[in-house]
Amino acid sequence: MSVSPPDAAAGPSRGRRAASPVRLLAGAVGTVLAASFVIFSSLSVAPGDPVSQILGQKATDAQRAAMRTQLGLDDPLLVRYWHWLTGVVHGDFGTSLTYRQSVSGLLGPRILTTLALVVMSAVIILLVGVALGAFGGTSQRWRPVVNGVVGFGVAIPGFVAASVLISIFAVKLGWFPTYGAGSGFVDRIWHLTLPAVALSLGWTAYVAQMTAAAVKEEASREHVMTATGRGLPRQLVFRRHIMRNASIPVLTASGLTVAGLVAGSVVIESAFAVDGIGSLLIKSVSNKDYSVVTAISLLIVIVFVLVTTVIDFAQAALDPRLRDGGKV
Amino acid sequence: MSTLTARLSSRRTRTGSVDKVVLVFGTVCGFLILMAVFGPLLAPHPPSQTDILATSQGPSGQHLLGTDSLGRDILSRLLAGARLSFLGPGIIVVVSATAGTALAIAAAWHGGWLDRGLNRVLNVMFAVPGILVAVLAAAVFGAGFWAPVLALSLVYIPYVARVVRSAAVRERRMPYVEACELAGLSAWRICTRHILRNVFPIVMAQATIGFGSALMDFGATSFLGLGVQPPSAEWGLMVSDGRSELLDGALQQSLSAGALIVLTVVSFNIVGERLSSRIGASG
Amino acid sequence: MTSDRLLSIEGLRVDLPSRSGSRERRTVIHDVTLSVDDGESVGLVGESGSGKSMTTKATMRLLPPGAKVSGGLTFRGESVLDYSRKELAAYRSRKVSMIYQDPRAHTNPLLTIGDFLVEGVVATGQMSRADALDQACALLVDVGVTDAERRMLQYPHQLSGGLLQRMMIVMALMPSPELILADEPTTALDVTVQSEVMAILAEQIRERSLGMLFITHDLDLAAAVTDTLAVMYAGVIVERGPSDEVYSKPRHPYTAALLKSRPSAVKVERLETIPGRPISAYEAGPGCVFAARCPFATEECREVRPALRQVGGRSVACHRAEDIASELFEGLSA
Repeated sequence: MSVSPPDAAAGPSRGRRAASPVRLLAGAVGTVLAASFVIFSSLSVAPGDPVSQILGQKATDAQRAAMRTQLGLDDPLLVRYWHWLTGVVHGDFGTSLTYRQSVSGLLGPRILTTLALVVMSAVIILLVGVALGAFGGTSQRWRPVVNGVVGFGVAIPGFVAASVLISIFAVKLGWFPTYGAGSGFVDRIWHLTLPAVALSLGWTAYVAQMTAAAVKEEASREHVMTATGRGLPRQLVFRRHIMRNASIPVLTASGLTVAGLVAGSVVIESAFAVDGIGSLLIKSVSNKDYSVVTAISLLIVIVFVLVTTVIDFAQAALDPRLRDGGKV
Repeated sequence: MSTLTARLSSRRTRTGSVDKVVLVFGTVCGFLILMAVFGPLLAPHPPSQTDILATSQGPSGQHLLGTDSLGRDILSRLLAGARLSFLGPGIIVVVSATAGTALAIAAAWHGGWLDRGLNRVLNVMFAVPGILVAVLAAAVFGAGFWAPVLALSLVYIPYVARVVRSAAVRERRMPYVEACELAGLSAWRICTRHILRNVFPIVMAQATIGFGSALMDFGATSFLGLGVQPPSAEWGLMVSDGRSELLDGALQQSLSAGALIVLTVVSFNIVGERLSSRIGASG
Repeated sequence: MTSDRLLSIEGLRVDLPSRSGSRERRTVIHDVTLSVDDGESVGLVGESGSGKSMTTKATMRLLPPGAKVSGGLTFRGESVLDYSRKELAAYRSRKVSMIYQDPRAHTNPLLTIGDFLVEGVVATGQMSRADALDQACALLVDVGVTDAERRMLQYPHQLSGGLLQRMMIVMALMPSPELILADEPTTALDVTVQSEVMAILAEQIRERSLGMLFITHDLDLAAAVTDTLAVMYAGVIVERGPSDEVYSKPRHPYTAALLKSRPSAVKVERLETIPGRPISAYEAGPGCVFAARCPFATEECREVRPALRQVGGRSVACHRAEDIASELFEGLSA
């Protein structure tokens, strides 16, 4: 969450080059594969015995041995990883030991819940964060106030925000339900409002921080003076020359945000008992249900990598200097 | 840390006035650290002592912040909990800052394949969310204090390494480094005596800001039941413990622990950011 | 008041806040008086930090927020400092255009050249986009750009500095202004293209008989392309008069010193340097701003600031202008 200063190192690598789409995609696939192997192999040494979980404590040794062979537990790690990977490519994430159900069937409806939560949060973050940041970046008078609010906002972890929101809006005022994800469209939005606010709070402040810094910096650029000196209307200067140029760093920050939301939903869903993939991940860790843990972890990594890759493409689309692979 | 903030605030800014913000929040940080060190000694009651006759009580003379659902004194648990709440992020920050700085200086010194390789690894590590690694570590090593600490120590390395690397690269190109090389000083000596010394303020600033983030992430794992385990006291855990009481309108446990977390993060962030902007300003 | 003048600056003084948040201000321009008539090119010459760029920014009312401006600044007799927002927009968009030193920094890297050129006139309702594009093409040909249509689709980073500065010239000419402010238009360019760009600019100004305020540190260049010269030091105009006369017969010790410190193209010799270092306006004492470095300075020079007065057909701010005239010419005729 910490805001890193722009890379000031002026070296031969200063000229940022846009990688070709093929290289970008190859890098993304490589990252996902590497992450999947790390996740798979580390969970394979995790404690817990799937055989006794399936057969119970009373099974005979022969039954156990047969089950081990059936599950392929005695194969070398790389063979098991290969079996799992080919399964994943065909949409088969294995079977949940706790729920006695295919992992993909388990994930399906929960992905929708988590998606709804993430989308609601993303909307809040982009609307409030960018507006607040643009305001703080332009208005000299209000900048200290916005900075204060934003500095406070980034310091509120989601699980603390959850407790505060529940105690005020659910318990004291009774405006929103405390727990659950609801059913049906309106009911679901009603149920997910507090979780979405809790999830978006810190990230809204973060995006506001980045936007304010970008707007302030872009507003001080010489070309903005050129535009003002030509007598262009103020709104046009703001829109075309300040916001448009600031949108590139803001986009980068927002992309990180969306990726962070997916990870943050793990905490928020648990706090509000929303039955999405985040709370399922925590439950599965407690239940030692590792096929589910592996699948959800992989899913989160994929979203992360996907978002990062999309940002790279979007940056190139917005910035002609990157499009040419030229120097910045 | 407190000597650092004292030195910082005593140094005058260009306008000639003492930086009051650093003074105020640096003092808050100092008090919080004192609380982490001596908190358990100050607790009016044993923090884990349950009292089934006095559960979920409101504030009283006996229990200034009331009791939780097991009848434990909340104030005592807050004071005692400061220790684990700070120890976890403290270890995370020290380990990640040390490892990140060592890697960054090595990459900046050696350049070439080492630098490129480190860059690539860091980029992959950025692609993995910290909380996910902490959860996986809890799955592999079992829930407890050490699993999230180990995981987050690893996850925080790139955040330090990236910033320190660019500073170290800048330092590497300085003429005095070349002069040291020509004078026959060993690489180890130049890196530790000169480059490290010059990038050290940046490491401190990053570590101070990182402490706030680490406290939030570490608290989150305890909140999820994967970090510090009951009956130990820890702020994230207390926010979680207090949730069942929220529904009965007893807010003090969750909210007081939450407020302490926010206060800590705000204070460390502000001091860290002032530190880093001052370093930036003075070149 | 010379109200019919195109641009008239009388006793302009500018103070900037020294740092955001603090109440202190520092003076960047003490006293600038100059004027530009229709079709006249005026050179404003001075070292960096003398306040010449601030003068153009004040003229465009582009000073940073918090700046305090006093004195007179009139355009065709109207006080620019009292313009309403609407009048100011009209003034900036139609009457005056500015060409900046660093064309790369002064163009938005995300917009195409075509968008950059037509943006001003289209946004302020002077032309339709199609007309503006046609005119931009025609102007590009005027400034010697052959493949105008291709250039308009390119982005600033794809153009060389010289070419980009020609785009700036076109941008400035688009609304058919009456006055051009050129702030060191060739300083940031490669030496090889400087004279070419300068020639193009001078030609366009002459053909359209526009007024121009030309800011430079290069006295030779200014003398070559302008009708009138104003020499500035530490936020004060120290000498002003017809270019060839100021250039050949300086009346102010600073102008003379500037002329003596130029390298000669035909002789290799040790240059005379001006003793001391150039000071900024806010460092100036109560007396003449140049007194500390002036070989002719007297007690009076250090105590009382000289006002501009008529000496030998021009304005000079020097108490001893008459006494030292012959000494100033010495060593110049060579």
